[in-house]
Amino acid sequence: MDAQVATHEHAHPGPALYLRVAVILFVMTALEVLAFEVSHRAGWPMHALVEPLLNEILIILSAAKFALVAMFYMHLKQDSKIFSGLFVFPLIIAAVLIVALLLLFSYLRLLHPAA
Amino acid sequence: MSTIAMGHAGTDAAPAEKKGLWSWITTVDHKRIGILYGVTAFLFFLLGGLEALLIRWQLGAPDKTFLSPEAYNQLFTMHGTTMIFLGVMPLSAMFFNYFIPLQIGARDVAFPRLNAYSYWVFLFGGLVLNASFLFNAAPDMGWFAYANLTSKQFSPGLNVDFWIIGLQILGVASLAAAVNFFVTIINLRAPGMKMMRMPMFVWMSLITQVLLLLAFPIITVALVLLMLDRNFGTHFFVPSGGGDPVLWQHLFWLFGHPEVYILILPAFGVVSEILPVFSRKPLFGYAAMVFSGCFIAFLGFGVWSHHMFATGMGPMADTVFSLGTMLIAIPTGVKIFNWIGTVWGGSIQFKTPMYFALGFVAMFIIGGLSGVMHASPPADLQQTDSYFIVAHFHYVLFGGSIFALTAGAYYWFPKMTGRMLSESLGKLHFWLMFLGFNLTFAPMHILGLNGMPRRVYTYSAGMGFEFWNAVETAGSLILGFSFLVFIINILKSLRSGAVAPADPWHGATLEWSIPSPPQEWNFAVEPTVDGRDPLWEERRKAGGTLPEPARVSGAGIHLPSPSYWPIITAFGTAMTLVGFLMHVTLWVILAGVAITMLGIFSWAFEPADH
Amino acid sequence: MAHDTAHAMHPPTATGLDTRKLAIWTFIGSECLFFATLISNYLVYKGHSLVGPLPHETSQCMLHGQMSTCEPIFEIPLVTFGTAVLLFSSFFVVLALNGAQHGNRKKLIGWLSATVVCGLFFVGMQVYEFTHFYHKGLGYTTNLFGSSFYTLTGFHGTHVTLGVIWLATVLVLAIRGKLPPEKSLNLEIAALYWHFVDVVWIVIFPVVYLMR
Repeated sequence: MDAQVATHEHAHPGPALYLRVAVILFVMTALEVLAFEVSHRAGWPMHALVEPLLNEILIILSAAKFALVAMFYMHLKQDSKIFSGLFVFPLIIAAVLIVALLLLFSYLRLLHPAA
Repeated sequence: MSTIAMGHAGTDAAPAEKKGLWSWITTVDHKRIGILYGVTAFLFFLLGGLEALLIRWQLGAPDKTFLSPEAYNQLFTMHGTTMIFLGVMPLSAMFFNYFIPLQIGARDVAFPRLNAYSYWVFLFGGLVLNASFLFNAAPDMGWFAYANLTSKQFSPGLNVDFWIIGLQILGVASLAAAVNFFVTIINLRAPGMKMMRMPMFVWMSLITQVLLLLAFPIITVALVLLMLDRNFGTHFFVPSGGGDPVLWQHLFWLFGHPEVYILILPAFGVVSEILPVFSRKPLFGYAAMVFSGCFIAFLGFGVWSHHMFATGMGPMADTVFSLGTMLIAIPTGVKIFNWIGTVWGGSIQFKTPMYFALGFVAMFIIGGLSGVMHASPPADLQQTDSYFIVAHFHYVLFGGSIFALTAGAYYWFPKMTGRMLSESLGKLHFWLMFLGFNLTFAPMHILGLNGMPRRVYTYSAGMGFEFWNAVETAGSLILGFSFLVFIINILKSLRSGAVAPADPWHGATLEWSIPSPPQEWNFAVEPTVDGRDPLWEERRKAGGTLPEPARVSGAGIHLPSPSYWPIITAFGTAMTLVGFLMHVTLWVILAGVAITMLGIFSWAFEPADH
Repeated sequence: MAHDTAHAMHPPTATGLDTRKLAIWTFIGSECLFFATLISNYLVYKGHSLVGPLPHETSQCMLHGQMSTCEPIFEIPLVTFGTAVLLFSSFFVVLALNGAQHGNRKKLIGWLSATVVCGLFFVGMQVYEFTHFYHKGLGYTTNLFGSSFYTLTGFHGTHVTLGVIWLATVLVLAIRGKLPPEKSLNLEIAALYWHFVDVVWIVIFPVVYLMR
């Protein structure tokens, strides 16, 4: 039991790590909003770069935030892989659902333009 | 909130045998809950059967006026809805409840009160759905409720609302049970029962729970959106507001296709239990059966639009879904070949469960063949909405699920009741059912290909539909009669059937190692397992026979206490949802929420053993 | 885990994992599909509203009974602040759990209270936002954007509210001294639900408020 405790204490993150994660989450959120604002203001620096890639930037940032909360706050990184599997598998199905519906409805719009 | 304590040392008195209505209302015993599900589901199944007989009577001859079109629409909608949600699913739940804990060597499910809650919510949901008949407003728009027939404009009555609310209530029951059984199977297996040593029924049930968990949230949202359209003025499926009725079809079938696997996988599991026992041979290709089951479930999420080939999705979408649908035939075929491989070279015991299990294999193959035909979009353009489809799904759902569940009933009745069912009545039941079923549904292939559409309340003379419809109606009467034989068999055997030993069939799995019916705590001593087919292994080690297990006192075995909070919470849940049914009555909703919250808090803080 | 000192009291499970923790993750997995369907509904109808108000463009909409030009309806600063509050609430509940596991009652109660306050603030922000939108012409049935927006964020807000009630219940237990380290799993499970609610918002925020 003591050996278990020792190794777990070694692997177990403490408040300091959680604070760092919180700061990173906050910064990423700020970046998301910044990307949004830049893409809407033609005069701002980086506008030409950010504007066509806004959605992609947002997806990457939000995915990273999602992963950080899941891995550290929800403890998936330290916990049994079974918990990760229980979360990831439905997420895959969920992603397939969203992508499939978007494809089906954008195709529909292309083939049968709205009256 | 506590998990089950196994063999808790103590000086507790033996749990008393519980009797009386109150003991059933407060039961948290998975076996009793299984029986509650079974009896309730069987009654709903008979109701659905009656609805079918009325349909068949109306269609028995051309231009009949036995049923008005409105009555006919209600009957076929309720027949489908009842058979799926109140028949097959809860009949499967009966077996999940009774046999999953027994087959994995557990004393109960992971959350016994949640289990009871699921049953009561199911009961209330079924009652709400059928209460619609009292208002002459039974759902009448087809069990898949396509938009925008379901809009307030085209369905002004309460019919659609009853369907929405009934299904939402039932959905809560299914989701709660799915969490429960999933966790039970993953976490409560006896020592030594690794995943790849579990009985195939447990594997198929596990996969079914995963499908339930992933598919039901989708229909929950779809039903909410439809309800919002009807009662709150939104336009999710209303073209005049920018909405798209086809979105309903996508959302519905995203649920609906996994739902048909939810209906058939437990049946696969039951048959995979019966064929080996009655062939005196282990299941052929255990690993392949597991993986094909997983593959079917996963792929099942990618084929939903094969129900929508006639909606103009375009060649790209049609191709993708067609290929996926054809692909699913492969793991299904693997299973069929493995069942045949199981029986091949075995020492066949021609008992009633085996008859129904073999009948399942044959009928399901036929249903699968018509299914593969629908997978081709050009062919399906003729077949869809015709009786060819009706033939297909009845072959897989009746010839498949019902035959298999009936096989399970004959197989497990001795264990659940301590009595044997009559073999001669059983075989009579089988042949009548086999004959009646095929007479009713085989001709539908012909009628469909000849152009008879679905969901028509009559047809004119001279269209060439008369002869086969008459045959089908005659067949349905034979089919109905076969269930009378079944009921007589059950009632007779309960009263005076031969006393059943623990293991009347030479079974391979743990449920046959305990008395029939089992004592409340299932196992006197927690079993340890070191392979598949543990009971065959034990019998082999014991030299061929095992002694009849004794009934023990049960002293020192700690069981979860009965509770009335599940039924109260279930009532609150149903009340909350019913509040959305009639003119969205706020006080009913709030009262329902209050009762639910009271129920949940009391349940959570109820001492686990009182 | 080092902190599961309670294992000796519960029977061993087939996976070695706690049954209730397994159950909450199973439930969370199911909820992913629930929100995926709502998000799909929002995305499928994005850009297809027949009238305004619209999220990011000016449009024609009905205001006070007559058609007028309506401004884009979203107010990014407010919702960004709410997003940050929700993110920090996840941080706070992790600190509370840390306190619970180490038997530090003050940390537990302090950070858990902060979490509850953040949750209440978030819900309050949403109520304010919805009311504000309503007065700017975005009713529930005004257009597809309004319907799908309010449904998606409304369901999320309901989940947040239920989470607040759950966490507040655990807080009351903690204050009454009924949350010793052996029972910290009770908070851990509530916290997992809370993080999930946060994670759903991490998806909703860019998809609804920021994306083109």
